[in-house]
Amino acid sequence: MRLLQALKRKIFKSSPKLEQKSGRGFLLFEHTSDVIRAETLLKEHGWQIRVMGPPPEVRTGCDLVIEFPLIEELNILRTLRQKGVHPLQVVPVNSPLLTPVDLFFKKDFGDYLMVRAANMKLTVHKLTLTIVNVSGGGCPDVPYLAKEMVGKHLSKSPAPRDIGHTLCAYALQLAYEEMKKQCLP
Amino acid sequence: MFAIVGTVPEESFPLSTGEVSLDKDKLCIQGRSVPVNRGTPALMAAAIKVCQIFNTEPPFGYLIGDIGLGFGSKKLYEYLIQNIPSQLKIITFHYLQPDVDWHNRILFALEECASRPILIADAGFMYMAKMSGEANAYDLFTPDVGELAFLADEKAPHPFYTRGFILQEENKVPDLITRAYFHQNAPRYLLVKGKTDYLASESGIIETVTKPATPALEAIGGTGDTLTGIASGLIASGLDIEKACIAAAKVNRLAGYYANPTPASQIIEIIQYIDKALKQVL
Repeated sequence: MRLLQALKRKIFKSSPKLEQKSGRGFLLFEHTSDVIRAETLLKEHGWQIRVMGPPPEVRTGCDLVIEFPLIEELNILRTLRQKGVHPLQVVPVNSPLLTPVDLFFKKDFGDYLMVRAANMKLTVHKLTLTIVNVSGGGCPDVPYLAKEMVGKHLSKSPAPRDIGHTLCAYALQLAYEEMKKQCLP
Repeated sequence: MFAIVGTVPEESFPLSTGEVSLDKDKLCIQGRSVPVNRGTPALMAAAIKVCQIFNTEPPFGYLIGDIGLGFGSKKLYEYLIQNIPSQLKIITFHYLQPDVDWHNRILFALEECASRPILIADAGFMYMAKMSGEANAYDLFTPDVGELAFLADEKAPHPFYTRGFILQEENKVPDLITRAYFHQNAPRYLLVKGKTDYLASESGIIETVTKPATPALEAIGGTGDTLTGIASGLIASGLDIEKACIAAAKVNRLAGYYANPTPASQIIEIIQYIDKALKQVL
């Protein structure tokens, strides 16, 4: 009897999750910068979406996808189209998607604070809040992001998500957000 | 012939090939110049310094502008496939847009060389090599701890997806090296840069370099690029890979120490001390 009840609990507990999983799809884009634009747009419109890593069968290199509730496909595509953002494909989720990194490492150098997210590091002068260095990463927009951000105040620097195009830019965005949490009121 | 392949952060910079040289803080190639602030120009600058000391031929550069959209990288891949020099002895791949298909085509094209060149990869091209399952076709990777964790994670296609249980901590480096080799996601040699620099192969850790210790270097963009450049330059100048990597780690640390940097220092300040450091180490 107890076994039956445990089984029942397990079934009732897991079925909504299963239902949720089978009802989700992902949007595939040509560039990570398109993913970043779409994410901003859809979040502004209040959609329940997540940025994830694609399954191996559609992976080409520096990839991100947007996971979304399939039932909202038409509305989501319309919202994107109206803003000129066009996904390459819409695919149902039938295998687990990769989860982006969510761990941060902080290093205090006294006058400077460094935050690392995945392979990207951002360093700020604590007193002036000037971004003094960007390091790590391997995608070609990293030197470009460094050029655009170093020397600027943390609150006035362009955000990596606005000017970057790759997963390294996305990782730097996470470090940048964490740094703002640490340093800005 | 010693070649270096990479990108510069200027979208309009055209595909440029030829011997590279330094003019103060600028890198020159095919009549064009680009500031040495980090990335491939920093790697090339460090390699040029080494070649000058050894009086060997300067590196042959393949450079193009790319700000992350991948258009420049694709043009460069296409060009390389058509124009791989048959006398190539060593080639270092660097900041390039990850694309597994192009990576594999380049590996095929390299098979056309008269003899197999020494293959070195860092940054985006190292990510591609691992992503495509071909890491063990290479002779040397130069990851930092975060990138090593990515190599150790057999499931991650990019450092951005390294799973949380694979701890990216300095004291875990030996375990990460073992794991990367176990899953065949590492090349013949790994030179891991960090608080301690590790040189490792499939048989285990060969040597570590810990001195001098200059913690500020970790924050400075380009210190990994100079390490790869120095190691590549030393190999191109005739040192075997093990000796070159150990010397490169020492030279990079010493040049950093001489520059007396803060976390706000820029890489060009360190590059200026490579000659002095190299003369002391060798």
